[in-house]
Amino acid sequence: MIDSKLKEKAAFAILLAATIIVIAPVALILAIILINGLPALSFEFLFSIPRDGMRGGGIFPALVGTFYLIVGTALFAIPFGILAAIYLNEYAQRNRLTRAIELAIINLSGVPSIVYGLFGLSLFVEFLGFGASILAGSLTLAIMTLPVIITATREALSAVPRSFREVSFSLGASRWQTVRGVVLPNAIPGILTGTILGLSRAAGETAPILFTVAAFYLPKLPTSVYDQAMALPYHIYVLSTQVPNVSVKVQYGTVLVLVGMIFILNIVASYIRSYFRKKKTW
Amino acid sequence: MVNNKIEIGGLNVFYDGVHALKDLDLKVREKEILGVIGPANSGKTSFLRCVNRLNDLHDNFKMAGKIMLDGKSIHEIDIHLLRKRIGIVFALPLPLPLSVFDNIAYGPRTHGVKERTKLLEIAESSLRAAALWDEVKDRLETSAFKLSGGQQQRLCIARTLAVGPDVILYDEPCSALDPISTLKIEEAMRSLKENYTQVLVTNNVKQAARVADRTAFFLMGEMIEIDETSRLFTAPADKRTEDYITGRFG
Repeated sequence: MIDSKLKEKAAFAILLAATIIVIAPVALILAIILINGLPALSFEFLFSIPRDGMRGGGIFPALVGTFYLIVGTALFAIPFGILAAIYLNEYAQRNRLTRAIELAIINLSGVPSIVYGLFGLSLFVEFLGFGASILAGSLTLAIMTLPVIITATREALSAVPRSFREVSFSLGASRWQTVRGVVLPNAIPGILTGTILGLSRAAGETAPILFTVAAFYLPKLPTSVYDQAMALPYHIYVLSTQVPNVSVKVQYGTVLVLVGMIFILNIVASYIRSYFRKKKTW
Repeated sequence: MVNNKIEIGGLNVFYDGVHALKDLDLKVREKEILGVIGPANSGKTSFLRCVNRLNDLHDNFKMAGKIMLDGKSIHEIDIHLLRKRIGIVFALPLPLPLSVFDNIAYGPRTHGVKERTKLLEIAESSLRAAALWDEVKDRLETSAFKLSGGQQQRLCIARTLAVGPDVILYDEPCSALDPISTLKIEEAMRSLKENYTQVLVTNNVKQAARVADRTAFFLMGEMIEIDETSRLFTAPADKRTEDYITGRFG
């Protein structure tokens, strides 16, 4: 008896310790970023161009660049990702080909992001001649995000009970009417959540944009999709390794803005999830 | 002169190579209620889901044999039209996550009815036919999940009626319901006799005795016998039928 109580205590202690060890670094990182970065935040920091060889001024071009990249990625990745997922989940027959496609998609989400960067460089920048541009960067990020969106969408579609589909078919509805009428409306929350999480990951990536869009220093806003642009992740890399004597305040301030952006996207995703979970009736 | 609504000849059904239905020959008469009884895995549901081709959604389904609706093979009828003409009510009440009204309107909208006044008319007449109108007429816009189980199942019947079928299939429609709700469903079936041909698959032998005009007994994929309900229950031709209806197995 004593033995089992002791074991219980030991198990509890070990599990708790493991959890703390996992959480501690994350908390520490966030704390350090907040303490060092908050003093840098100001209207001027967010909305003015960098000065003094990026040692002063603001980060506006990088902020705008990252915003454009998120929008561009969303424009390419969301429609194709969702439509492909609908095809794979609702239309495609289960056979060797679809299983191979599914396996490929799972593997694609494990490909290192620098590989996507090099792929984007050779396909979009050079072969298709887009040059280093917002277009090439967005397409590269979109290709990287597609597997995430497809997987999340398929999970959301599969979570809709099979019986809803049967009811719809039994009333004489076509496959597309069934998808439109009962499957999609009930899968939308899951699709939205997964999509936003995928985009937020893309927003923070450096490797895919390194060769495809990111400008080292460009003190003006891009005017077309064929322009290069600064972007927050790459700007952070530049500030911390490529430019001497940048104040810690500016470095951490930039990091804080990027982390904050991603944080906001994730909050929106989890808000959507909990909002629809409350409304869900089945 | 008896008209046959559905004629089935030499029907064999396989799922994943399992022989679920063997050489079924069966005629469903116009505007009768045909009861189908039998223990689990006897092929009752397989038979039902062949008739409106819901089995086609199953990946490893194979069938051989003939199924005719009004003298025409069901494979020659457009599948959406076929399912419009042959409605089905499932074992569990399966309302869609929509309002009461939108549940009814789902089918007609699918088939191109857009005007709200027309849809409201359809909703009222189908809900009346399913004996549910008086209970829900003031809450057509509430979620169908707010209704009781028995009401949900009658809503499903109304939803089936809304697309204007001539045949209604019931797949153990009362297996999840209490006795009073069950009686209401049975009453609805009796009143629907005037206009519809109905096939009632049921686990509940007494239910078949109460509502069916004729009853068929299925066992392990074979139809053992089919007869007028009164005769099947008083003087079954086959020993196995007698054993089943007297509760000796199943």
